[in-house]
Amino acid sequence: MASAHTEVDGKLPNEPEKATLEGRNKILGFWLFLGGEAVLFGTLFATFLTLRNQTNEGPTANELFSLPLTAMATMLLLVSSLTSVFAIQAMHRHNLPSLIRWLFITVLLGLVFLGLEIYEFAEYMIKDDFGMSTSAFSSAFYTLVGFHGAHVAFGVVWIGILIGQLYRKGLTVVTAPKIYVSAIYWHFIDVVWVFIFTVVYLLGKVG
Amino acid sequence: MDWLTTVDHKKIAVLYLLGGTLFFGIGGIEAIIIRLQLIKPMNDLVSAQTFNELITMHGTTMIFLGVMPIIFALMNALIPLQIGARDVAFPFLNSLGFWTFLFGGLLLNLSWFMGGAPDAGWTAYTPLSGTKFSTTHGVDFYTVGLQLAGLGTLIGGINFLATIITMRAPGMSFMRMPMFTWTTFITSAMILFAFPAITVGLVLLTFDRILGANFFDVAGGGNPILWQHIFWIFGHPEVYVLILPAFGIISEVIPTFARKRLFGYSSMVFATILIAFLGFMVWAHHMFTTGLGPVANALFSISTMLIAVPTGIKIFNWMFTMWGGQVRFTSANLFAVGFIPTFTMGGITGVMLASAPADFQFHDTYFVVAHFHYVIVGGLVFGLFAGLHFWWPKMFGRMLNETIGKWTFWTFAIGFHMTFFVQHFLGLLGMQRRVFTYLPNQGFDTMNLVSTLGAILMGIGVMLFLFNAFHSFTKPKGVANDPWEDGRTLEWSIPSPPPEYNFKQIPLVRGLDAFWKEKMAGHQEMTPAEPVGSIHMPSPTILPFVMSVGIFIAGLGLMFSGEQFSNSFMSFIFNNWIVCGLGLLITFGSMVLRSLFDDHGWHIELEELEEEGV
Repeated sequence: MASAHTEVDGKLPNEPEKATLEGRNKILGFWLFLGGEAVLFGTLFATFLTLRNQTNEGPTANELFSLPLTAMATMLLLVSSLTSVFAIQAMHRHNLPSLIRWLFITVLLGLVFLGLEIYEFAEYMIKDDFGMSTSAFSSAFYTLVGFHGAHVAFGVVWIGILIGQLYRKGLTVVTAPKIYVSAIYWHFIDVVWVFIFTVVYLLGKVG
Repeated sequence: MDWLTTVDHKKIAVLYLLGGTLFFGIGGIEAIIIRLQLIKPMNDLVSAQTFNELITMHGTTMIFLGVMPIIFALMNALIPLQIGARDVAFPFLNSLGFWTFLFGGLLLNLSWFMGGAPDAGWTAYTPLSGTKFSTTHGVDFYTVGLQLAGLGTLIGGINFLATIITMRAPGMSFMRMPMFTWTTFITSAMILFAFPAITVGLVLLTFDRILGANFFDVAGGGNPILWQHIFWIFGHPEVYVLILPAFGIISEVIPTFARKRLFGYSSMVFATILIAFLGFMVWAHHMFTTGLGPVANALFSISTMLIAVPTGIKIFNWMFTMWGGQVRFTSANLFAVGFIPTFTMGGITGVMLASAPADFQFHDTYFVVAHFHYVIVGGLVFGLFAGLHFWWPKMFGRMLNETIGKWTFWTFAIGFHMTFFVQHFLGLLGMQRRVFTYLPNQGFDTMNLVSTLGAILMGIGVMLFLFNAFHSFTKPKGVANDPWEDGRTLEWSIPSPPPEYNFKQIPLVRGLDAFWKEKMAGHQEMTPAEPVGSIHMPSPTILPFVMSVGIFIAGLGLMFSGEQFSNSFMSFIFNNWIVCGLGLLITFGSMVLRSLFDDHGWHIELEELEEEGV
């Protein structure tokens, strides 16, 4: 097992994330974990779809949502997926500065997205008096979107720590799988957001 | 200390076994108290409230904290050995999975001492489990405790999947894997796709109870049936998560003691996959009486009955395996053979219940209780006893006493049928489940007495097994590699108990039942697939334990975040989420530590291997 060595035969292999058994295990295990996450979000979506018209005389989706705001957030998150692809491409070229730069931009976009979401939630809670216990719709909305937001926040912290590791240790067969896995995670929360944008916001406006 | 930091799958297996046995004992005592309360009509041994707590905790404890960990113990002890690997894919996560299970279980059982256990049934149906009807913290203990324990199970499932996919020895193709490995693989896949659903369900219920959300509260627009859907989309697959490993164990024990290869190996594999698939398709058969309508009821009826087909294939394959074999009735094999009729009976009553019109009669009677105990005790627990008697020498290097083992079987099996067979008739006569007493002269008296006596006999059987286990530790280690002399799979080719690194050289697998094949070719041991070399091992670590302590604290903080304490300091730290935050800080802090310091493990060098002379 080459896990203890940072380099294989003196130089970094083409796909450093898959160079060791540990790295391959990590990637496979993470894909499996995402399978579980898909069920988790699937259940949350099912809950939301069941309860989305149960507004209990509180605000409805149509009254609350502002599509320009969420469309903006969607665009930011989609772009951040693209920048994380650039990061992985930089990693495959063994270009450490470029890798760090793209990861940094990804984290930044994630942070702006989170900021928009916090702004959105705060506005609903204060202006529209729309809290967790307002209606079954509000509970389902905050839980689904909030779970996604928590995933984004986790990803931001995680990739932030990875950037620190890249500064300290550089690109090795130990750090590469971590970067790769975090990129898969980032794409996953992006895909979930596409569904949220469709099912929660678009359907809320027109459905 | 060694045990707190271990990442060795064999030691984690022992920890799982100890933890599982502890909770199995607690669940068993709860069962005995339940049966003692029902021994005669109008009994007043326990109050109605305590009875509700007992049945809730008995079900929850047995399923999540009793049998699951014992299954995980056997999986941990054996899967790497059966596939010819040195360890699991993620040793660190393996340890984390155990500790989250243990702390989840402890949290759940703390409820007995902290103001009332959960009392809404193990299914925690809403609105009964809402704040309106469950006013103590009981159900909070249920949601938070199960969340932690479920996390551990999910981690374990992912770990086994990755291990089996990537770490099989050279030559061990999927269709050469031992059946227990196969069922573990399928079980782990089911865990992966079933447990996140209950995770969400428990989160929603927690939010309802603690944050005032309205998921299941009709007054706020919520929907109680939603809870049943979420619970059973997890809960039905969970039944197969429990029973498939037992199928795997039986498929190992019977061929070994019949000295024949398993009949219809590939049909067994595909039957397992089919059962897993159908297991996800049938959850609403628990909900026929909620008014889903005739179309849904018919579809779920039919899909449920379909499961009898692959299960029947398995039953016949086991019988054909014994046919013409030189069957040895060791205690392991007694349990395995005893499993076949008891499990079949559970299956047949399952088909009866799957018929929606009949279910309207059977629903919530003792007929249902009898059915699922025939499946879970007559199936799974028999399977676990078979597996424990079978692999005990491999795990601990000591034989269990065969005479006591046979006594265990007979007391347990007779006690089992006494307890649950009569419950079919109690149910048909109309005795409801979950009621804490009944009136005299309804025709229930004698059968309840028999049932209770049977339960006590089962208890004696379990005590005999525990005695046997302790007794075996008074004897020295030193069992041969292959103590049953008819071992078929890779684990029997290495010493008992196995060394830390399992295989000095990874073996080359040349067929199904790899070790048996070599023995038939006249070889004493496996052909190695690699030269002797230094072996990489993961380092022990305390972090999984610390992480679990962290979420344990966070869980308590969450539960009591809305509590009014008489002590103002307590109110301050709980009501401002300080305790919860501190716990999360410990957990996430450990995760950061884990991420920052790379752990390269250590090596067992060539000379050390040779000094040990294995």
